[in-house]
Amino acid sequence: MAGKPKLYYFDGRGKMESVRWLLTAAGVEFEEEFLKTREQYEKLLQDGALLFQQVPMVEIDGMKMVQTRAILSYIAGKHNLYGKDLKERALIDMYVGGTDDLMGFIMRFPFLSAEDKEKECAHIIQKATSRYFPAYEKVLKDRGQAFLVGNRLSWADVHLLEAILMVEEKSSDVLSEFPRLQAFKANISSIPAIKKFLEPGSQRKPVPDDKYVETVRKVLWMY
Amino acid sequence: MSEKPKLHYFNGRGRMESIRWLLAPAGVEFEEEFLESREWYEMLLQDGALLFQQVPMVEIDGMKMVQTRAILSYIAGKYNLYGKDLKERAWIDMYVEGVRDLMDLIRVHHKLSPQEQQKNLALIGEKAATRYFPVYEKILKDHKDDFLVGNQLTWADVQLIEAILTVEEKVPTILSEFLLLQAFKARVSSIATIKKFLQPGSQRKPPTDEKAVAFTNRIFNRR
Repeated sequence: MAGKPKLYYFDGRGKMESVRWLLTAAGVEFEEEFLKTREQYEKLLQDGALLFQQVPMVEIDGMKMVQTRAILSYIAGKHNLYGKDLKERALIDMYVGGTDDLMGFIMRFPFLSAEDKEKECAHIIQKATSRYFPAYEKVLKDRGQAFLVGNRLSWADVHLLEAILMVEEKSSDVLSEFPRLQAFKANISSIPAIKKFLEPGSQRKPVPDDKYVETVRKVLWMY
Repeated sequence: MSEKPKLHYFNGRGRMESIRWLLAPAGVEFEEEFLESREWYEMLLQDGALLFQQVPMVEIDGMKMVQTRAILSYIAGKYNLYGKDLKERAWIDMYVEGVRDLMDLIRVHHKLSPQEQQKNLALIGEKAATRYFPVYEKILKDHKDDFLVGNQLTWADVQLIEAILTVEEKVPTILSEFLLLQAFKARVSSIATIKKFLQPGSQRKPPTDEKAVAFTNRIFNRR
């Protein structure tokens, strides 16, 4: 008799976006409470709802889960997106680690000065095209399958699609040297739940803007 | 007929130390190959041994695993240090990730200038005493168990004791307000395999110093 998971975060991507993606891929409906004021955040703190005083926090199955990685691992495990055994899980964890590092650069991006943004944009594209995308292109090539692990959809595929789309927002032709990733992108995007998520009106959040940055700074006193 | 795991890293703590810590209580013997030069690193790259061109890399069960978290999760799963079900795993993941954030502050310490180091030391002390250790003290208090999750040793306990000892090297009095953590530290340190790891002559590495930082900068061509 479990209710829907409830996500506590800002009204924007940040660290919570990967959770929205994974719940969507798992076919799980979820609710969201957006942090807009310092007072809301302090109330969560006073209620003891944030184990390490941080968001993301997700209420799920009677737990108030924090730490993005822990949340994602739990959802993946619960909804059969974590492979069939320990070794497949190891591969998924490795691949997710890579896309996590890549998306980490992009997540910090909105908080940089205008000057640093230019340099960082070039850095992101360089890392994507010389370190990360070649690795995934090779995995798809060597396996000859539509998915990264175990010939079925896993957390690793969802995470990679999210990363690809994020990097493309910075440079639209970034996949030009990676034919298998192009096919992968088309393939995973066409999965009904994900296709719907990519359409307007879904709970997917837009590219972070100055308003988002301002809200985060205001709520977390991060100046 | 599996061989011993083989760790590829520098002869120092860095990101590999948590892996050494986890293999030790599991009673798993392991070998180490230390990166001694830029050429050695390039050889690993050319052999395609490093999925994202990075170390740590651990050869284990026929895989060349990278991504610290992936490696730790695999070891925990394989050697029964990951709880008995999905929910226990969720708590272990949350506790481990919290400790990891604290350890990251320490890991970068010696890369900072002497001025920045002073500020960082204060930050480490503050975060340990107000954000992280109170959480674990409370868990031990509420559960009245010897361990953090499920009343048996798990990855969460190993990660916590590593963090306690590492913070104490920088802030010796850090546990003065945390009586249950003091008892925890004494108790877990006396487990046979961990006790052995804490003695001279084990594969545990000494604290990182400036020499080690200069060395790794050279290997990775960093300024």
